Amino acid sequence: MTAAIEVRAVEKRFGNVGIIRDLNLCVVPGERHAIIGPNGAGKSTTFNLISGHIKPTSGEVRLNGDLISGLRPFEINRRGLSRSFQVTNVFARMTVWENVRCAVLWATGHRYAFWKNVDSLPEVRERTARILDDIHLTHRRDVPAGLLTYAEQRELEIGITIASGATVVMLDEPTAGMSHAETERAVSLIRRLTEGKTLVIVEHDMSVVFGLADRISVLVYGHIIASGTPEEIRRDPKVKEAYLGEEAH
Amino acid sequence: MTTATTSTPNVTGKPAGGNLRFYGVWLIGVIALIVLPMIFSSGGSLTSFSLIGIAIVFALSYNILLGQTGLLSFGHAVHYGLGGFAACHMMNAVTSHGWPVPLPFIPLFGGIGGLVFAMIIGWVMTKRAGTVFAMISLGIGELVASSSLILRSVFGGESGVTTDRTALPKMFGWTFGPQLQVYYLIAFWLVLSAVAMYALTRTPLGRISNAVRDNPERVQFIGYDPHVVRYLAFCFAGFFAGIAGGLAAINFEIANSAYLGAIQSGLVLFSTFIGGTAYFFGPILGAILVTYLQLGLTSVTSVWQLYFGIIFIGIVMFSPGGIAGLVMMHRPLVRAGTLWTVIPSYLVAIVPTAALAFGVILTIETIARYSGGDAINLFGIGFKPTSPVTWISAAVLVVGGAFVARVTWRRIADAWDRAATVARDRGYLA
Repeated sequence: MTAAIEVRAVEKRFGNVGIIRDLNLCVVPGERHAIIGPNGAGKSTTFNLISGHIKPTSGEVRLNGDLISGLRPFEINRRGLSRSFQVTNVFARMTVWENVRCAVLWATGHRYAFWKNVDSLPEVRERTARILDDIHLTHRRDVPAGLLTYAEQRELEIGITIASGATVVMLDEPTAGMSHAETERAVSLIRRLTEGKTLVIVEHDMSVVFGLADRISVLVYGHIIASGTPEEIRRDPKVKEAYLGEEAH
Repeated sequence: MTTATTSTPNVTGKPAGGNLRFYGVWLIGVIALIVLPMIFSSGGSLTSFSLIGIAIVFALSYNILLGQTGLLSFGHAVHYGLGGFAACHMMNAVTSHGWPVPLPFIPLFGGIGGLVFAMIIGWVMTKRAGTVFAMISLGIGELVASSSLILRSVFGGESGVTTDRTALPKMFGWTFGPQLQVYYLIAFWLVLSAVAMYALTRTPLGRISNAVRDNPERVQFIGYDPHVVRYLAFCFAGFFAGIAGGLAAINFEIANSAYLGAIQSGLVLFSTFIGGTAYFFGPILGAILVTYLQLGLTSVTSVWQLYFGIIFIGIVMFSPGGIAGLVMMHRPLVRAGTLWTVIPSYLVAIVPTAALAFGVILTIETIARYSGGDAINLFGIGFKPTSPVTWISAAVLVVGGAFVARVTWRRIADAWDRAATVARDRGYLA
């Protein structure tokens, strides 16, 4: 079976500093894969390398078997990979409705069209409405995204990410800064919305990670030291030493 | 009266008061354009209306860049000017070859002139937004403006390219000699362009332009290349600026280097910003106001540019949303029914604010006319610039006005807070 995402021997250097060294990662189609690791381990950089935000110094990244390293972010997105951001990254002056709709437009084939009225595209309207419903923001549809509460913005962030219908979804710390109740809500939202898709998630909250992930990869100093099921990771002595330490239980 | 030339559509998208109200606003605009010259039929007003119509098309085209795509251009007049030259050359070619192209089609060739240049230069220019784009636009603007004086065969050097609009084939028996006929031609293209540009904001490209304006990074992760979006927006802006230039060429029967220079580029930026970039109708208001100020102020004071500068600084500092932003700020209050609670504070503030403005004008004019010794006539009151009485009155008005005005402004802010809180409670304000 071809991996949904395959990272092979990827290296990223900024000047002389190697942030990512010999990174190997394999994400199986349909699984929920969490990447964990201490601060500064290179988790966000890994996301950026896969999604095309930055280019690897060497090595290759494959999406469903196709080489994508070196492609631009929008080219990778068009191939069915979508990602969210750790820092909320929405269209602040546009309404919630328009935020999600923008993310629907390319996937529905309307692209750069300047001869169609955007308000009278039935499939776009339906899909946007459905996603707003999914992320529980229908009642906030006409509010500019910049005026939403923090938790709402995080939900919108997820909505924008899944709106294109991408089969591989990458979420970068979706619950960061959320209260306990908000986190629970967000996790069930993620679980529901990524049903049948491949999910890669970076997360600090261990209860979220162990509750959600089918498999976990542990990243330390730009290198994956272990990959496996939550149970294997929990038992792995290398992981215990390098990362989980006393925090595990 | 002057605002009657505008069509002020509600841009916030979903027709809040139904389609009827939306089309009604456009219809009122069109009717106003038709009847305006019947009410104000003097040659002077017809000339003003024609200039305003051209300025509106130009400012709206600029807002495709600034307000909708977030591109700050310092060289937008390049497309306006090249549109003007294209129109002039086309008119001369039609006349000399006897082609069956009547005058009303000429602005389209202006638009093509602006578009072609935008297509050629735009791909490189729109690679980056922000400062890079602004600097390149400035450079291109200077380049084209200086070329216009050097490449005589195309631009006619200092004297420009002249043409005769009446020499083209007639249409409906109109010669387009009289200013009234030119006015209607401009009004026709104004409506056509405004509708087209408004429609553009409601297309997928229009919305994605907004997304690129707000967050070009994120746009890449929803499948779009922000470079392509900026390029297409730039081409549209160039096209409509070219139409405005073509209209100007018809109106003045000449195109010269002044069309595409930095002053013209600055003026359109100025109009658009003063009017307000966040709303479609903002640049319309701005174009009307700036054209009127330009026509009106130049005849009463030699330092009219100084007043332009003061108004611009005032808007940037106190109302970054422009006039449209100021107007639309009140919409939630109107809906919540709390507008009446702020009106009294406005009325109270008018007196000291006017006194302050009066004092500032008196100070500026005193300085400007001191050596010449011309008397200052301010709203019917005569002042001598060399007289200490004038200086003292100016000082008293400025200091006293500012002192009292500050107090009244604070009261406006308080009244606003209360009214906004009520509006928020009633759900009309986010």
